[in-house]
Amino acid sequence: MVGKGFRNLLFLALAIVALAFPSPISAAPLGEGASFSVEREPPPITPPVLLAFEPPTEIEARDLPNDAGNSVIITWRRSSSALEDVRYTVYFSEGVAGPYKPLPFDFRPIGFDDNLVIDNLQYFRYERANRDYQYVIMDFTAFDAAASETYDRELKEYKKQQKLGNPVGPEPVLYVYDWSDLYFKLGITTNSAVRLFDGPPLHAVPVAQWFDWSKFNNLVMAAAFLVVILFFIETARRRKFYIRRIAGLDAVDEAIGRATEMGRPIFYLCGLDPMTTVSTIAATNLLGHVAKAVANYESQIKVPCFDPIVMSVCQETVREAYYEAGRPDAYNSDNVFFITSDQFSYVAAVNGMMVRERPAANFFFGYYYAESLLLGEVGQSTGAIQIAGTDSNVQIPFFITSCDYVLIGEELYAASAYISREPKLLGSVKASDMAKAVIIVVLLLGLVFSVALLVGALGNGANALGGLGEKMEYFMELFNEHI
Amino acid sequence: MIFLRKQLPVAIAFVLGMFTLIIFYIPAPAMQGVGDRLKIFVMIIGAFAMLLGINSILGQHIEKIGKKRSGYGYSWVLIIGFVAMMIAWIPWWAAPPEGAAVYYPWGGLENNKGVFYWMFFWILVPMQATMFSILAFFIASAAYRSFRAKTLEATVLLVAAVIVMLGRVPLGTSLTSWLSDAGFWNNLRLETMTSWLLNIPNAAGFRGIVLGVALGIIATSVRIIFGVEKTYLGGGD
Repeated sequence: MVGKGFRNLLFLALAIVALAFPSPISAAPLGEGASFSVEREPPPITPPVLLAFEPPTEIEARDLPNDAGNSVIITWRRSSSALEDVRYTVYFSEGVAGPYKPLPFDFRPIGFDDNLVIDNLQYFRYERANRDYQYVIMDFTAFDAAASETYDRELKEYKKQQKLGNPVGPEPVLYVYDWSDLYFKLGITTNSAVRLFDGPPLHAVPVAQWFDWSKFNNLVMAAAFLVVILFFIETARRRKFYIRRIAGLDAVDEAIGRATEMGRPIFYLCGLDPMTTVSTIAATNLLGHVAKAVANYESQIKVPCFDPIVMSVCQETVREAYYEAGRPDAYNSDNVFFITSDQFSYVAAVNGMMVRERPAANFFFGYYYAESLLLGEVGQSTGAIQIAGTDSNVQIPFFITSCDYVLIGEELYAASAYISREPKLLGSVKASDMAKAVIIVVLLLGLVFSVALLVGALGNGANALGGLGEKMEYFMELFNEHI
Repeated sequence: MIFLRKQLPVAIAFVLGMFTLIIFYIPAPAMQGVGDRLKIFVMIIGAFAMLLGINSILGQHIEKIGKKRSGYGYSWVLIIGFVAMMIAWIPWWAAPPEGAAVYYPWGGLENNKGVFYWMFFWILVPMQATMFSILAFFIASAAYRSFRAKTLEATVLLVAAVIVMLGRVPLGTSLTSWLSDAGFWNNLRLETMTSWLLNIPNAAGFRGIVLGVALGIIATSVRIIFGVEKTYLGGGD
């Protein structure tokens, strides 16, 4: 019994030793030294779905035109194979010999006739002119931004682990790519495997352009409109223009007069956008006229501001208006003041002042967001005359429900000209009307062509008008794409 | 003096306005870089202008407290809040150790961002949400005033609003779900009428406004760039 027990103990001890010191052959890493005893990992097998895919033809890489030299476009003629289980991928390198690295996304291209889910839309476009061609745009700016973001994240994690005393590897390094001369390989991929198409690498040299020809139509239209504006401004010196009545602006004097009679202040708000916004500039222009009228009526105007720069401009505008009216003594700079640049804190403060001071009139000009109804309803509950003017089309309905008069859209921009009756300003308003007339004509033409398209479709496309309609549809598609 | 107050600002507006307009058409990095730098100038000016804003609001409220004007207690609230938020942002106070959750006895287990974030998330954000939530009640009162069918226009508005409101909720769409979803009867389903109202007449009106606004913006910009409109400089045109 004892001998058997001793033998069992010996086996147990040997087993422990064997486990503690395993065979050097079996412990060797899969590499040169272990190759003789351990089966080598088999090379990756390209899945049949990748092998069966017919490669696209006419694959080309070239500089993307009309950009800052930060993009390359890769085009190819559509493959005859269906993209059901695979997606395209692009590998790039700074030299022809490689190494080639994959772009951080795969994509499934679409053509005009396809109706597939669009992935990474910002990188993919299609050419309407030739539906058989597909392409991908590689934007280095976006790539650099993504790489920088990844580096920041990794560095932060590295430092955190270092601070906690955990073992860390080498410090992350941000690799700065040289985008001046690039080579590409196009391929297809599934989730686990990649097949790069045969053939020499594609070569492209990105070049910065000094004129964006895709905006040429925009430049022509802007120049034409500029000429029309300058023409009407010049014409306005010799000829008097008719401007239709704007009820909201006619009511400005009435509102100021009411405030004077009641001995209550007038509140004037310039919106929530900064001074760089044209609607805010329009609001400050109008403030000059209103403040002048207030000074003449010897009433009081208060301008709570959302932006400190707007506050500074408003202070100057109101001060100059009082000087022009011959009432510099009545100007009080404390009446044009900054509240806060926080949306709802601003609303709370202005609404509180409305409730406490009960202004006789409220003017809301400029650009507004969700606070429009909060301001309008509280002002309405205090019984003030309210005149609003905004180019924020989603806020116009709220002002219409809560204010007495509303300047809709472009009326805000015409307000300064309307009140001052300055011929040069009225000329620019007239020019806008002319441009609107042109747009109406274009819209009517679009209507005619659309009807023609319908007629053409009914006539099996044989109708010449139908062809015009199709062109119009193409134009509208381009228009929507570029707006 | 006139040169500094009127002519120089107009000249600056012309040069910078034209430059900004031109670089819209030039993608070359050299020009875009200058444009980006100008945007940084705007940010720097904005940061310094904030000092003017702080001076404005604190000056007003300190004066109010000094003269004990009506409601000066609220001015104390503003100044205490302002100072408290500034002190809370001092780094050694605001930043507890990385990864440590901070428990504040006066309420709430907050993340590791410190006192400033606690005040921001548990005082300012709820107050902002409160202001925003009042909007629901104001929408109801505004809708009541607008939807009174006193005129033909108001009646049209009321009918359209009722259709859209019902067509956007499951209960409303269930009212006409018994109608066929194909052919003529589909046009009488509430969700179809809602889509039509939003996509055709509503979108047409919106686009008209947007086109007018775009032209107004261009005309106003031209007036300012060419010095035709100078009201923003103060005084007459």
